[in-house]
Amino acid sequence: MTNQTSPHIISAQHITFRYPDGRLALHDISFDIAPQEKVAIIGANGSGKSTLLLHLNGILRPQNGIIAIDGVPISDKTLQHIRAWVGLVFQNPDDQLFSAYVYDDVAFAPRYLGLSESDVKTRVIHALKMVNMEGYSNRVSHHLSVGEKKRIALATILTTNACILALDEPSAGLDPRARRDLIRLLATFTEQTLLICTHDIRLVADLCTRAIILDEGKLVADGATETIVYDQSLMEQHGLEVP
Amino acid sequence: MITPVLAMHIPDGFLSIPVSVVGWLLFIAILVYALRQTRKQLGEHRIPLMGIMAAFVFAAQMLNFPVAGGTSGHLLGATLVSIFLGPWAMIVVMTCVVGVQAVLFQDGGILALGFNIVNMGVISGLVGYTVYTWLTKILPRTTVSQWVGAGIGAWLSVVVASIATALQLVVSGTSAFDVVLPAMVGVHLLIGIGEALITVATIAFVHQTRPDLLQARADNRGARWIAVGFIIALSLVFVSPWANPNPDGLERVAEDYGFIDTAQDPAYTILPDYTVPFIESDIFTTIVAGIIGVIVVSSLGLGVAYVAKRKPISSDQTPV
Amino acid sequence: MLHLHPTRVSLLHRLDPRVKSVTAFALILGILITPPHTWRAYPLIWTLLACVAVISQLSAWKLGLQAGIALPFTLVAMTLLFTTQGRPIMMIGGLVIPDSGLARFLEIVIKSWLAMQVTLLLTKTTDFTDLLRGLRGLGISETLVATLNVMYRYLFILKDESERLIRARASRSGKSGGYSSGGTLLWRAKITGGMVGNLFLRSYERSERIYMAMVARGYDGRMPYTPLPPLKRRDVVLGLIPIICMAMIQIVVR
Repeated sequence: MTNQTSPHIISAQHITFRYPDGRLALHDISFDIAPQEKVAIIGANGSGKSTLLLHLNGILRPQNGIIAIDGVPISDKTLQHIRAWVGLVFQNPDDQLFSAYVYDDVAFAPRYLGLSESDVKTRVIHALKMVNMEGYSNRVSHHLSVGEKKRIALATILTTNACILALDEPSAGLDPRARRDLIRLLATFTEQTLLICTHDIRLVADLCTRAIILDEGKLVADGATETIVYDQSLMEQHGLEVP
Repeated sequence: MITPVLAMHIPDGFLSIPVSVVGWLLFIAILVYALRQTRKQLGEHRIPLMGIMAAFVFAAQMLNFPVAGGTSGHLLGATLVSIFLGPWAMIVVMTCVVGVQAVLFQDGGILALGFNIVNMGVISGLVGYTVYTWLTKILPRTTVSQWVGAGIGAWLSVVVASIATALQLVVSGTSAFDVVLPAMVGVHLLIGIGEALITVATIAFVHQTRPDLLQARADNRGARWIAVGFIIALSLVFVSPWANPNPDGLERVAEDYGFIDTAQDPAYTILPDYTVPFIESDIFTTIVAGIIGVIVVSSLGLGVAYVAKRKPISSDQTPV
Repeated sequence: MLHLHPTRVSLLHRLDPRVKSVTAFALILGILITPPHTWRAYPLIWTLLACVAVISQLSAWKLGLQAGIALPFTLVAMTLLFTTQGRPIMMIGGLVIPDSGLARFLEIVIKSWLAMQVTLLLTKTTDFTDLLRGLRGLGISETLVATLNVMYRYLFILKDESERLIRARASRSGKSGGYSSGGTLLWRAKITGGMVGNLFLRSYERSERIYMAMVARGYDGRMPYTPLPPLKRRDVVLGLIPIICMAMIQIVVR
């Protein structure tokens, strides 16, 4: 799965995206991310963070620019392969959990891949274990707490052995304990490349080695977390707070 | 594209004026009754519930799945809503859905709106509901029976609605019976399968997640009678001269009555010249009979519903 | 065509929504009762609509293009080309097209196209909530109008939820070398049913929350609405002008 010739697992060059209604969401954004890097994308509401995440697996396609995953540019031909490499976790887990039972939701991706039911089962059990939710496979998703749903949503993308995990606001709506548990859980994902869109700057400081600031669709800062999130004037200028 | 492509939204211009008027009259009569029933059954919950459900149907129609060769299965939703909310609330919900599609998204005409709502809401939903309640009653009381009932109901709901649509086009003289009926119904035999699969899967999902929402609701015998009325009315139109299986049946009939010289279809000459219509001609009386059939049987249904509604109250009041 | 919040600019935008709805209905009726073979009527009607469009500061050209949206439906009328009897005028692929068939077909297409322009004129110059107030003012059931209001309020929110569900599904629809992906038809239908069910439950529970929020503000089953000001004579006269024009067209062409 990993293409050793490419030094960057994600490479975005001059990404520009305009919504059909004419609103410019991303303007000339370029960055490269190395394998296993932990990157935070921060910015005020409406700065284009979620839009950028949706570009990583080709749900949205830029009008200008190229995104390559592991050296493979996203195109109609490569789209489905890329979706097996990039796991996207949506902000609202209810958007992601559309089966009655936890097991079926986690099994969606491997079943779509066409794996045999016994392989699917192995992967589901493994994924649930990774998020510390063993024993939940026969629970009804709808009745879980937000924290539990968030974990299950994370499990749903761990079944394809995705090497990139892109998370949209993973800590939003969680109580302090659930949030702490989630940060601890994410810290265990050392093998994968992590991309986290968030307002939770403390989570960024705890988890990410690199931070990118977006403001009104433009990339305004990109560097080591310590130099960015503690730069009070930079953070406040773009509607953020130092932790 | 935000609106799903459904071959059943008739634009203006495709239904003749008399057919449009009949559509509006039927629609208004049924809607007025349905509104009254929802007030009784849902009380003050009804406005937020039906409003959200209308928005839900609209959004759910966008959820599709690939079937084969670039086509996709999606939902019309009338049967599903009637199973969840009962037939009367379904009629109000589908009225809002089809009405908003016509006004905001130009999906279907304004004069044609009456029959569009009757087809995609009333006929579709009531047929689906009737088949569902009937099958779940006669089959063993199991979850599988519920699925079978919902599946067959949903499939038939789409097919019968497409037959109704095709017949209205034929009676309006905008399409030939022996072409539009097989085409329209043929397509919807397949679309109906998508409808059935999604409906059953949704019912199963809700059954597993919130089974309390699938409890049988108030008695709705009247709704079933209206459905039966529509089926009878459709069969009446079916045996009318319009449905002559002879390939050029329509034209031969027209020729027989001498319309062909003016190259006009009878339904079109009724209003434009404001002359007395061809009441004495067989072809028109049959159509009128068909239309009256629809009205009579529907009002019968409404009447029965009214009586059925009142009966339990009176028996409660008189202690035995 | 989407979320319309027209800024009140033109005469037509400011016209009372009750008057506008009735006028639009009358114009559509007028278009549809045009007798067969009165071809002169159509350019006249189009001119009338184009004038209304210009007064509304809309492009008559764009309006015409947008009204083409219903054209795929003309497929069902296509059969008239071959099944109506008349004098043959041309052949397409071995099929004879009679003059009367072609005439009937064209009439349906033109009428449909013109009627669509009237609907577009109405929706482009009227905010949907104003239209609903207009309908309420015309005596349409309070329950129906209130239900439509709630629907319109949440329509685009639920549409976005639908879109996010589709995106979440697409995100996990991956492919990996060697396997045939996509699952069976029944499984795909089951997933879609799950998405519909998911949306249904969230919508249902949302309606309960909305109900409670309404009760908290004193809702008792009646929906108050801001009534429209009394009808102005000026608005009625303005609304009658296109109707009179349409009536004159109908008389002149006969």
